[in-house]
Amino acid sequence: MTKFTLNGKTVTYKGDANKTLLWFVREDEGLTGSKFGCGVAMCGACTMHLNGNPVRACSTPMSAVNGATVTTIEGISSKVANAVQSAWETLDVVQCGYCQSGQIMSAVALLKNNPSPSDADIDSAMNGNLCRCATYHRIRAAIHNAASQLAKEA
Amino acid sequence: MKDTQSPELIQPLEIENVSRRRFLSNAGIASGSFVLGVQLSPAIASVENQTDEVKTSDNFSPDVFVSIEPDGQVKIICHRSEMGQGVRSTLPLLVADEMDADWSRVTVEQAIGDQKYGSQNTDGSRSVRKNYLKLKQAGAIAKTMLTQAAAIAWKVKPTSVEIKQHKALLKGSNQALDFGQLVKVAATLQVPARDQLQLKNENEQVYIGKEDIKLLDGELITQGQTTFGFDVDFEGLKVAVIARPPVVFGKVKSFDASETMKVPGVIKVVELPALTPPAAFKMLGGIAVIAEHTYAAIKGREKLKIEWEHGTNQNHQTQAHEQVFREALKKPSTVVRKRGDYSSAEKSASKTFEADYYVPGLAHATMEPPAATARIKDEKVEVWACTQTPQSAQANVMRTLNFPQEKIGNIEVNVTLLGGGFGRKSKPDYVAEAAYLADESKMPIKVLWTREDELQHGYYHSPSYQKLAATFDQNKKVTGWHHSMVNHPIGSTFNPAAKTAGSADLGQGDMMFDIPNILVDLGDTETFYRIGWVRSVTNINNAFAAGSFADELAHEAGKDPKDFLLELIGKDQAVDFSKDDYKYGNYGEDINQYPASTARLKNVINLVAEKSGWGKKLPEGRAMGIAAHRSFLSYVATVVEVSVNKGRIKIEAIHSAVDVGKVLNPDRVRSQMEGAAIFAASLALYGEITAENGQIQQSNFHDYPLARMTDIPEIQTHIVKSSELPTGIGEPGVPPFAPALCNAIFAATGKRYRRLPLKQFGIV
Repeated sequence: MTKFTLNGKTVTYKGDANKTLLWFVREDEGLTGSKFGCGVAMCGACTMHLNGNPVRACSTPMSAVNGATVTTIEGISSKVANAVQSAWETLDVVQCGYCQSGQIMSAVALLKNNPSPSDADIDSAMNGNLCRCATYHRIRAAIHNAASQLAKEA
Repeated sequence: MKDTQSPELIQPLEIENVSRRRFLSNAGIASGSFVLGVQLSPAIASVENQTDEVKTSDNFSPDVFVSIEPDGQVKIICHRSEMGQGVRSTLPLLVADEMDADWSRVTVEQAIGDQKYGSQNTDGSRSVRKNYLKLKQAGAIAKTMLTQAAAIAWKVKPTSVEIKQHKALLKGSNQALDFGQLVKVAATLQVPARDQLQLKNENEQVYIGKEDIKLLDGELITQGQTTFGFDVDFEGLKVAVIARPPVVFGKVKSFDASETMKVPGVIKVVELPALTPPAAFKMLGGIAVIAEHTYAAIKGREKLKIEWEHGTNQNHQTQAHEQVFREALKKPSTVVRKRGDYSSAEKSASKTFEADYYVPGLAHATMEPPAATARIKDEKVEVWACTQTPQSAQANVMRTLNFPQEKIGNIEVNVTLLGGGFGRKSKPDYVAEAAYLADESKMPIKVLWTREDELQHGYYHSPSYQKLAATFDQNKKVTGWHHSMVNHPIGSTFNPAAKTAGSADLGQGDMMFDIPNILVDLGDTETFYRIGWVRSVTNINNAFAAGSFADELAHEAGKDPKDFLLELIGKDQAVDFSKDDYKYGNYGEDINQYPASTARLKNVINLVAEKSGWGKKLPEGRAMGIAAHRSFLSYVATVVEVSVNKGRIKIEAIHSAVDVGKVLNPDRVRSQMEGAAIFAASLALYGEITAENGQIQQSNFHDYPLARMTDIPEIQTHIVKSSELPTGIGEPGVPPFAPALCNAIFAATGKRYRRLPLKQFGIV
């Protein structure tokens, strides 16, 4: 049996331990904010936080999450997360929106570790997240915007 | 096709998707025919028909697009699909602006597929163009009737009433009535005729053209709370994934699902009918695995043992076919446009210059692969799908289930948000799959495509081969232009006999240079898999070749590429293609209403040159390239700046100038231009679909890479202020990017790249 914390709630899973975290969260738990994009950890649309670190849930087996703390787009509520989401809205980053929860999860993880990232820091932290609508340069601007917002509040 | 009357008054018998791009004439189908999945839009529901409904309802619904509830909440229908272009924000804004509604009291409802809305096909960069007046009029109808209702309440003339911010105001007094208070009376009034409405002028607009319009779904998207096609769920819904034939028109010879059935969660497998030509929007066939959840369905599919009969297309090799393309251009079958006499220009030329270009096959690679859900109950079919074309999805379900035409209203197509479209989601084969499986299994079914499915079973942008030739006189003036193109035509998807490349109307025939001798022609070839329209369609390859070639000619002539472009375009004029015996489609619009204006093309070139600092001294190893293109009735010029470091190219800056006529939502114009440039960067740098033995070789983002954040610099979009009719913005930013990039690389390195993608040369 796998037991872990999902968005602050304890959840359990019995079944094929190779099943991926993405399908468990989307279908067993009904949280569809994390998206399927490639299934092979190449696009980042499924990004969640596992013990605070961004992971690709499409390639994370359930066996790897026992005892862990998992947070999805539906469960983020920190100061950093709020700043990121509000920067996204201020700059109207999204186009189709499909990849954006993954983008936001990667951005939040970046800013938690690095409160004032350079363009290069952003590029390297965000390079695993594809956006076919190509909102990249707005994402870059929104991360800077969130960083300076957080700096003001600190 | 020409709309002699304005489209909002009389919806023309418009053939959607295929015909507007003139594939049909190539495919040998008479114009006006009913083509698979392609419907004729009837006149929109007449205003008269609406009034009966109004009188029996609590709401006030003067038009199919707008209604007001007793509490004053305004509901505006968005009948086009949202796929990132912002249509759910922009279209309702037109109604709200015209009726002076308070945007915070407006709810936008996504329409189901229904002919009463007129065409819902969200493609061809025309949602604004085709609906601009119709939606303004819907707002004006509501406003006129609210004015009359207030006049009745106050027993004054309508001229004493003013509408502002969701209220009727009695002029010269403090009296005001909220929209909600006017609903009851307004609902009893005669609906004014559309052609008698007074529409706002630009100064009176409150939302249109303004910068501070927030995206309607922006907040919910950042919280992960919106529903895409993949996200549809309800009690009892089962999931299906399908093993499709690796070669189009291949079929299942035999299969063994015994291991599949052992996977926990797998419910059953269903064999789909084999596909027969034409492919159109029909299912590809194969074996579906139906399961309780997606993981089981995917696992179950992995365990299928299928023996395929690959069929007639199994010997096709993309690489070998390039030679067939070359042969085809030795004797082009079809002259599209002819001015003067190119061959005599060649004889009298002091110099001729030739170059060949190749652009490979491309896939849509929408971030959300296709997905559709169907539930069938008591002869009613409910569908939920990320579709660009809900009416065509509805018709496709009807045909798949052999549903009688008169019962098409029993098929309800609900449109979710689309995780990208780019033309893929206007081909509803996946919707047919969901309906077929729901019918066969007697269970509600969601069909999901994995990335491998999406890349290997698409409707591809065809590879193309192009030959360009030009003649110079002694003064280095260009006297002749010859552009030959061959690709697998989109028409072949609908008519297997279609062999002539297409479509020349998208950036080949409608070339706007003022050259005395012009020859534009097409070659013929067979097709071996499904071809479809991908964002900006054949403008992608045509503009790459023409835009690169113009630059090559500039260097041949020893002139600045920007100045040379302006010189080639020549004097201010509306290009008259008919003089060259060329029947140009002009994106389905009247050429008199939307002329091909050289002045507007030159204007975007001058604007982008000025804004990018064209001609300024750049650091060592850096250079700029320029290209300009008219498509979807819009004008775009792009300057790309690159740097070279140890043989590697980096894109340093992108500047685009765009003229889309009147701008309704400037931030969405910018975002579409940004997205289009990077969509083009993906194809210029990385995109290549190839077939071996008829099977598509690429399967995921490792071998079909897309541009990532490290590839992308700052992007500047410069919008021309204009009061011309609004045109289109979804696609026109794509075509000029790749030639501008390769022109910049030439300027920086002296190396000319005439084939895409650039990754094959090891420079990116």
